[in-house]
Amino acid sequence: MMSSVNIGHVASGQVHGHDDHHHAIPTGWRRWLFATNHKDIGTMYLIFSVVMLLEGGVLALLIRTELFEPGLQFFRPELFNQFTTMHGLIMVFGAIMPAFVGLANWMIPLQIGASDMAFARLNNFSFWLLPMAAILLTISFFVPGGATAAGWTIYAPLSTQMGPGMDLAIFALHLMGASSIMGAINIMVTILNMRAPGMTLMKMPLFCWTWLITAFLLLGVMPVLAATITMVLTDRHFGTDFFNAAAGGDPVLYQHLFWFFGHPEVYIMILPAFGIISAVVPAFARKKLFGYASMVYATASIAVLSFIVWAHHMFATGMPVPSQLFFMYATMLISVPTGVKVFNWVATMWRGSLSFETPMLFAIGFIFVFTMGGFTGLILSVAPIDVQVHDTYYVVAHFHYVLVAGSLFALFAGAYYWVPKWTGRMYSERLGKLHFWSSIVSFNVTFFPMHFLGLAGMPRRYADYAAQFTTFHQIATLGAFWFGLSQLLFLWAMLRCYAGKGETAAAKPWDGAEGLEWTVPSPAPFHTFETPPEVK
Amino acid sequence: MKKFRGLRAAWAMLASSVAGAQVKDMPGGPKVNQLNLHEGVTEIARQAMWLHWMMLTICLVIFIGVFGIMFYSIWAHRKSRGVKPATFHENMGVEIAWTVIPFIIIIAMALPATKTVVAMKDTSGADLTVKATGYQWQWGYEYVDGSASGLKFLSKLATPRAQIENRQPKDEFYLMEVDRPMVVPVNKKVRVVLTAADVIHSWMVPDFGVKQDAIPGFLRDTWFRAEQPGLYRGQCAELCGKDHAFMPIVVEVKSQADYDKWVEDQKKQMAALADDPNKEWTESELVARGEKVYASTCVACHQANGKGLPGAFPALDGAITVLGPKNEQIKTVLHGRPVTAMAAFGGQLNDVEIASVITYTRHAWSNAGKGEDPTVQPKDVVGLR
Repeated sequence: MMSSVNIGHVASGQVHGHDDHHHAIPTGWRRWLFATNHKDIGTMYLIFSVVMLLEGGVLALLIRTELFEPGLQFFRPELFNQFTTMHGLIMVFGAIMPAFVGLANWMIPLQIGASDMAFARLNNFSFWLLPMAAILLTISFFVPGGATAAGWTIYAPLSTQMGPGMDLAIFALHLMGASSIMGAINIMVTILNMRAPGMTLMKMPLFCWTWLITAFLLLGVMPVLAATITMVLTDRHFGTDFFNAAAGGDPVLYQHLFWFFGHPEVYIMILPAFGIISAVVPAFARKKLFGYASMVYATASIAVLSFIVWAHHMFATGMPVPSQLFFMYATMLISVPTGVKVFNWVATMWRGSLSFETPMLFAIGFIFVFTMGGFTGLILSVAPIDVQVHDTYYVVAHFHYVLVAGSLFALFAGAYYWVPKWTGRMYSERLGKLHFWSSIVSFNVTFFPMHFLGLAGMPRRYADYAAQFTTFHQIATLGAFWFGLSQLLFLWAMLRCYAGKGETAAAKPWDGAEGLEWTVPSPAPFHTFETPPEVK
Repeated sequence: MKKFRGLRAAWAMLASSVAGAQVKDMPGGPKVNQLNLHEGVTEIARQAMWLHWMMLTICLVIFIGVFGIMFYSIWAHRKSRGVKPATFHENMGVEIAWTVIPFIIIIAMALPATKTVVAMKDTSGADLTVKATGYQWQWGYEYVDGSASGLKFLSKLATPRAQIENRQPKDEFYLMEVDRPMVVPVNKKVRVVLTAADVIHSWMVPDFGVKQDAIPGFLRDTWFRAEQPGLYRGQCAELCGKDHAFMPIVVEVKSQADYDKWVEDQKKQMAALADDPNKEWTESELVARGEKVYASTCVACHQANGKGLPGAFPALDGAITVLGPKNEQIKTVLHGRPVTAMAAFGGQLNDVEIASVITYTRHAWSNAGKGEDPTVQPKDVVGLR
């Protein structure tokens, strides 16, 4: 068998010229549907996540429209609940996570000097599961009873009451979970086995380090999510009673399982962001990253701690004193390694030679605004305060500070930083700066007032509210539309590059940037590092 | 006049939104544009407030320190000023310092917080115990011990539908008023035992510093000792389905004397209102009573026209269960339908109420005169409990 394959190979090589055949870039739809090239797959991930960002963004604006005034104006509460639920699911699983996987696909092989990802066909499969999942999620709005309205947390037993939209959401989550697991394995194997000679682990760019650790988190918790939602599915259709108290089940068990996934999940969405910031800040400070080793150790300790803090999401369920204290202390502890990261970034900037191109603006914006989200997280970890503001807009403000100003701003920083490498064109600095300032101001206009709403006791996931809350809700709604429209600037800035407009980019467009990705031409050719580079 | 109706409605909406601009603080509820936690009328609420100020102050100091340095660096170390970058990139001493110092700070934060956690979980030695049950979408209160023992009632949103749908101007207590508040004596340790009948709800009263999930099939407890008489308001804090925003909590704190009087009045009323399940009711009595029960308990899902909401809540008009033999429908109302939003109402409604509401559905809409067993007597329900 082996020999016949070899003979065939040689024969075809003789006829067509083996090397040319192998290196031809596939064209048309085949190039994308059968893509095995890490750059093409990375691009598809990024496009997918932008589309999902727009869909989730439209849902967010529908939510804010209803909340402009007290009373029910536009949507029935059951439809409103579908909007909040789907906004969360689409943003977490459709926009943020795939965007980081897209960046990983594009940049990790370039940064470690590998020719491609380790498992090219697995890579293709893990991408193409995502559009299927997105279709399932989106059509669930149109089945009887509409989409799932149980919140992105899908708490049982509310989730066992929902219509078929819930089942579609569960299948979609299964697909996205499978995609994440395959993606994680691929990234892990690529980083551990395909580094160029001389690229030791402790020489890797931090983006690779943070992704390596994130991949372990994904492997650790995505199966837990899959099992948990499968238990909901069997409770719904096959007569099991995992979460049905009347038959001996336990609704709180659901929350323990969900948050055992859910808390590491928030670090899955922020660790790669730390990696991007750790690349951008030194590049525009023209100074090496301060405390590289401590950054790696801090990332690893955050990852380990993330597994033992989940029940801080459940202080209001009524845990006994020792558990409350344990989860409170463990959660507070996470602020130590997170603080180390912020200190390291500031120390990197200190006595550098700073310039403020768009990636750097987003990186500084990230450090500033993400830290506010970090502090509200620390305040929330204090159980007696958490009991007051749990499930209120304070929590909504907190997680949008870490997920929008955190993950999303870091993704923007990464996109502006690497888009010259992807397209061979420089983005318009004017557009980029406008996008940054418009986003950071409108972001704060949207989410800062939510702290006040939450402290005053405004519960989240409410379609209607007491008139005393009106002013802050109106400010938030105006800010949300402003923020939403600002993202069209991002779209425009990126599409200009892809359309070939703008200055041609040099192989290394940033004078302070470091790393192997800047040693290949811009745009990066279809195949790179076929002979691994030597790293000294 | 009719053709001006649209115009008048628009005018009313405009007027109400202007009135909205003149909203007053809600006593026992949120203030207009409130910026911080509720001041509170319990020791726990005050401690939470103190902890919040402490955390906020420490965080602000660190924030200003760190970002003062960052923004100084942004100003002083700009490339445009011709600064040459330094080359340092590690310093063991600094790194140890900024790991150890934050660690010490969080220990300092954790100590007072621990004290409050222990205090808020200590539900022992209560003067009075009230059981609160979350239903989709209302609360039920049952006095378990003390002089009010055995007293039991439901507490529903009192805001009229017309205000929610913007057909009437919204009043001061919009969405945070109920028909029957829970009543407790002042300065007494009240233990609240919580559970739920269908999905998880959460009982929150910010002025007491209390928030506790109500979990179906499990009992959880919390406590408060309110130090001032008055009305205190909160809302359900755990997503519980479509009317999550419409099941507020109101607790009325009375002086001991007023509380005793209230208990006495309630007991008298309860005795007068008690339904006798052995009485034979006439069909029209049952329908009239059932219409009221339907309007308060069933209408949210199955709707006034009995058509339900397609896809989410089934229609009763023309439904097989409603037109078929009575026992099937009695069982459904008593025990609910597993895996659907149909809750078990056996614990919420008495036999007369269940019999009458079933009789009502069998006479209402197009169902009248169609199905089997048009009349259901309370004794039919007793047998199936």
